[in-house]
Amino acid sequence: MSDKLNLVLNVWRQKGPKDAGRFVRYEVKDISTHMSFLEMLDVLNERLLAQGEEPIAFDHDCREGICGACGVVIDGSPHGPSKRTTTCQLHMRSFRSGQELTVEPWRAAAFPVLRDLVVDRSALDRIIQAGGYVGVRSGSPRDANSIPVRKEDADLAMDAAACIGCGACVAACPNASASLFTAAKISHLALLPQGQPERRERAIAMVARMDGEGFGHCTNHGECESSCPKGISVDNIARMNREFLAAAAASRRPLGAEAKDDDGGA
Amino acid sequence: MAQPTGFLSTTVGQKALMALSGLALVGFVIAHMLGNLQVFLGPEALNAYARSLRAVPALLWAARAVLLLSVVAHVSTAIRLVQRAAAARPQGYRQAHHAATTYAARTMKISGPLLALFIAYHLAHLTFPGVAMGGYIHSPTDVYANVVAGFSIPWVAGIYVVAQVLLALHLYHGIWSMLQSLGASHPRIVQPRRALAQGLALLVLAGNLSIPIGVQLGVVR
Ligand code: HEM
Ligand code: FES
Repeated sequence: MSDKLNLVLNVWRQKGPKDAGRFVRYEVKDISTHMSFLEMLDVLNERLLAQGEEPIAFDHDCREGICGACGVVIDGSPHGPSKRTTTCQLHMRSFRSGQELTVEPWRAAAFPVLRDLVVDRSALDRIIQAGGYVGVRSGSPRDANSIPVRKEDADLAMDAAACIGCGACVAACPNASASLFTAAKISHLALLPQGQPERRERAIAMVARMDGEGFGHCTNHGECESSCPKGISVDNIARMNREFLAAAAASRRPLGAEAKDDDGGA
Repeated sequence: MAQPTGFLSTTVGQKALMALSGLALVGFVIAHMLGNLQVFLGPEALNAYARSLRAVPALLWAARAVLLLSVVAHVSTAIRLVQRAAAARPQGYRQAHHAATTYAARTMKISGPLLALFIAYHLAHLTFPGVAMGGYIHSPTDVYANVVAGFSIPWVAGIYVVAQVLLALHLYHGIWSMLQSLGASHPRIVQPRRALAQGLALLVLAGNLSIPIGVQLGVVR
C-alpha cells in the first residue's frame, strides 16, 4: 500500500455569519497517510495562500485530542469515520485514495457558523455558567483524599468528566440536542460529594439554560454516544433526567426562578 | 430562544409527559391484548369479557377519559417537540450518516401519526360502528361475531396487520426511550432495557397479530 493519497474534498465555505455559504470542490494530491485530517487541511491551506485565495478557517488548538477545539463533519460523521477520535487525531490512513469527501461545520441553530468550518460554541459555555461548577472554600488547598468517594461513583464521575466539550454530540444528534454534553456535566458533579450542595439547583438551571439556547430535545437515538470522541455514555442522559425530575419535584421555588439571576445572553 | 419558565416548558419535563402518557398507553395496549386473546376461548368467553367491561358505565368512562387524556397529552407534546427539533437544526447536512440509531427510532414521527389514524379507524370499526367498515351487520352484543365477520374481509385484516407492525416499531423505541426519559438508569436495569423493549414489542406484535391471522386462516370461526 502506498502511503500517499489523492482526495477530492467538498468543503463548506462561508465568509461570515450572514453569508449564505456554499460547497467548494478541492483536489488534494500526495497526502501522507501519516498526516492528521487537520494537517491535510493545513497542506491545502498553504496551497490556497500561495494561490492568493482565502484559506479554509477551522478551529483547533491542542491537536492531541484533549482540548475539544477541533471538529468538522466528514461525510455526515462528526470527527470523521474513526470511533473515539477527534478530528485532530484522525489519521489520513482512515481514507482510501480517490475518495471524495464532504466536509461541513457542526450544524445547529445554537451553533451559528462564524466562518467556513468554525462555529460559535459559546452556548455550551453558558450552560456551564448556569451551574456546572461547585462552590469551594478558597484559601489553602485541602489534603488530597480528605473526602472519601466510593470507587464506583469515582469511576462513573471520571467517565462523565472526560467530556471535552467539543460539541460533536450536538452535531451528531438528529435534533441538534445538547443533552449528552449537559448530562455529562450534571453527572460528574452529581456523583461526587463536592457536588451535593448545589445538586438540585444545578440540574434545573443547566437544563433550563440548555433549552434556552435553542438546542433540541433528546429522542434517544444514541448518535451522540457513538460520535463522542470520549465515548460518553447515554446512561448519563437518563441520570440528568432523573436529577432534573427529582429536583423539580423537591424544589420549593417555582421552576425558572433559579435561572433568572444568570442571564448568560442568547 | 426564551428560557423555559415551568416544568412543562422544559424539554426534560415534556419528555417526562410523553413517557408517562406513553406508559399509560403501553399498559392499555398490553391489557387490551390479553383481554382480546380470549377470542381463542370461544364466543361465550369473549362476549362475557366484553359484557364485564361495560358492566359499570362509570368505570368504563373513567378508563376512556384517562386514555383520551393520555392520547391528547402524548400527541400534543409530540407535535411541540418535533417542531422544536426542526427549529434546532434549520440547515441539515449535505450527507446524512447514521451510526447508532434504529429504523424504529427514525420512524417515530411516522409510526405515531399512523397509529393515531389507526386508532380512529379501529374505534369506528369495532367500538362506535356505524361507519360500516366492510359491509357486514354489526351486532352490539355479539363481539365475537363482529370480530370474525370483520377480520374475514382480507383488506380489513390487512389494515390490522400493518398497524400492528407499526405499533411494534413504536413500542420498541418507545419503551426504551421512555425508560431513558424517566431516568430509569439504575445499574441493574441499564443492561436489560433494550431487551425489555424488544420483548414487550414482540409479545404485543405476536398476540395482536394472532387474531386477524387466526380468523383469516379459519382457526377462529
Ligand atoms: C398505542 C398508542 C401509543 C403508544 C403505546 C405510544 C407509546 C410511546 C412511548 C412509550 C414513547 C416514548 C416516550 C419517550 O420518548 O419518553 C412514545 C414516543 C413518541 N410517540 Fe407514541 N405512543 C402511541 C401513540 C402515538 C401517537 C398516536 C402518536 C401521534 C402523533 C405518537 C407519537 C410519538 C412520537 C413522535 C414519539 C417520540 C417523541 C419524541 O421524543 O420526540 N405516539 N410513544
Ligand atoms: S485540537 Fe484539541 S482536541 Fe482536537
